Amino acid sequence: MGRRRSLADLSYSLVIGSLATLALLIIVAPVVIVLTTSFTEGRSLKFPPTGFSLQWYEALFDASKSRQIHRAVYNSLEVAAWSTGFGILFGSMASLGLARNRHRLARVADGLFMSPLVLPGLTFGLAALMYFTLIGFRPSLNLIIAGHMIVTVPFIIRTTSASISQLDPALNDSSQSLGASWFYTMRRVTLPLIAPGIFAGAFLAFMASIDNVPVSLFLSTARTDMLPIRMWGMMESTLDPRIAAVSGVLITAAFLLMLVMEWTVGLTRRMRD
Amino acid sequence: MRTMTPPSPDGATSPADGGGKRSVLAEWQLALPLALAFASIFLAPLLMLVGVSFFNDDKITQPGFGQWAKFLGDPFSYKVIADTMLLGLKTVCATIVIGYPLALIYLDASPRLQKVLIFIIVMPLLLSVVVRTFAWIVVLGREGVVNTLLMQFGIISEPLRLLQTELGLVISLTQIEMPLMLLPLISVMSRLDPNLRDASSALGASRWRTLFKVIVPLSMPGLVAGCLLVFASSTTAFISQTVIGGVRLIYLPLLIWQQSLVVFNWPFAAVVSLTLLVSVLTVVSALSYLGRRSGGYVHG
Repeated sequence: MGRRRSLADLSYSLVIGSLATLALLIIVAPVVIVLTTSFTEGRSLKFPPTGFSLQWYEALFDASKSRQIHRAVYNSLEVAAWSTGFGILFGSMASLGLARNRHRLARVADGLFMSPLVLPGLTFGLAALMYFTLIGFRPSLNLIIAGHMIVTVPFIIRTTSASISQLDPALNDSSQSLGASWFYTMRRVTLPLIAPGIFAGAFLAFMASIDNVPVSLFLSTARTDMLPIRMWGMMESTLDPRIAAVSGVLITAAFLLMLVMEWTVGLTRRMRD
Repeated sequence: MRTMTPPSPDGATSPADGGGKRSVLAEWQLALPLALAFASIFLAPLLMLVGVSFFNDDKITQPGFGQWAKFLGDPFSYKVIADTMLLGLKTVCATIVIGYPLALIYLDASPRLQKVLIFIIVMPLLLSVVVRTFAWIVVLGREGVVNTLLMQFGIISEPLRLLQTELGLVISLTQIEMPLMLLPLISVMSRLDPNLRDASSALGASRWRTLFKVIVPLSMPGLVAGCLLVFASSTTAFISQTVIGGVRLIYLPLLIWQQSLVVFNWPFAAVVSLTLLVSVLTVVSALSYLGRRSGGYVHG
């Protein structure tokens, strides 16, 4: 019996261990490979790369050769900044209003605000395109900002509501019983305590906006080009090796941002909760 | 009374006597701006999408059921729907098979290692989907890593075609969607009482038995949440589907894109995207129903 059990335990460690290793390999390897390939000397994206050079990064940072990419980057940053800004404002207000409200309508509203997370993004993207076109708006960054706000605000609501539910209600009551107004309590007690939650959600929303494809695909035009859509174009026809350099920059940026967020608001802890 | 409070409508209308009730009302009203935004740029467009789908011509002038009849009367449509749903289910299965063991390893790891692991798991989530898709082109391409390695070891003589196959697409989506499976899973698993596992093994259960009789049933909510997210995301992953799957593998998102932005038949595109919406929501609610039932079984 004991022998059989140890055999079973051995098979457990072997199977679980190797599958988990495979998972780690599949998660990490492509990222490392792309990063390595972006420094290739060759003209194609072979692996292992032939020699080391910064040619694709030089081509990418060259203002005249890569003007379209640069414009797409600026557009993406601008849209992400505005949509996250509105998201913080409306999203944290909505969380404060609904997080502790047990009323049926409040739950329905909460479900509605979270629904862009499971709704197929393309359906909303197409719907937004038809809606804005048929009521007579011309394509512009403002429309993209509105669309991105809808699909990224759930991230802010989720982390903010989690922070609010961890607040001790006694804090609120004692502040008010000591004579502070609702507004003063909000400003001096509630907001400082939930700020890290709002910040973590805002970060996720910002990244989701930078990364958004379904809304940008339908709402962006040649004039309002967005980075993911431009990158898609660079992969679709002939593979443009500058995309490896773009990827290299984005990988580094994501890595650094992640470190900063971990140190400041404990991002991964918030994502697990 | 505090006199520091800046004069504001809230401050003025909530004196100490009725403060409690009023502030609840005020809190509820804080959700109004977002509710208005959702009504005007989320619900209204979706309603319009439904409306547009009931027009026969692409100029949107003749109302009718023509487009629905055209789509639902074509056997090809059902193949595309089935392919899309199967792609989602295959990706879900693949993320469970290799993601669940990783979550188990995470559970047993030391706090230090846990920090490293969660970093590795979350990091791809912050990386653009387009970058992750591009990575798989480099890995699976004709001159990619997989082919180079296999040829070097003499296992194959000709490069394998991995791009533009469903297998390649499922492998890529497995990595691309993996964080969505792991995060809810890990979040539920780390709240499990470790004593339960110790008790199970002290009572003589092998680690396999403990896994399937204790850990899996108790982690069901996380598993279901992960499945929902992976399914919803992989069935609508337009860029990965078109770039890795190519134009020969046709899924609903590609059809929506072609019909709306290439052919400019909006009513038909509306029909297809509503079909995508309904099929995804059907599978998602079926999954969450199963999840709730299994949850009842554990506690019952």
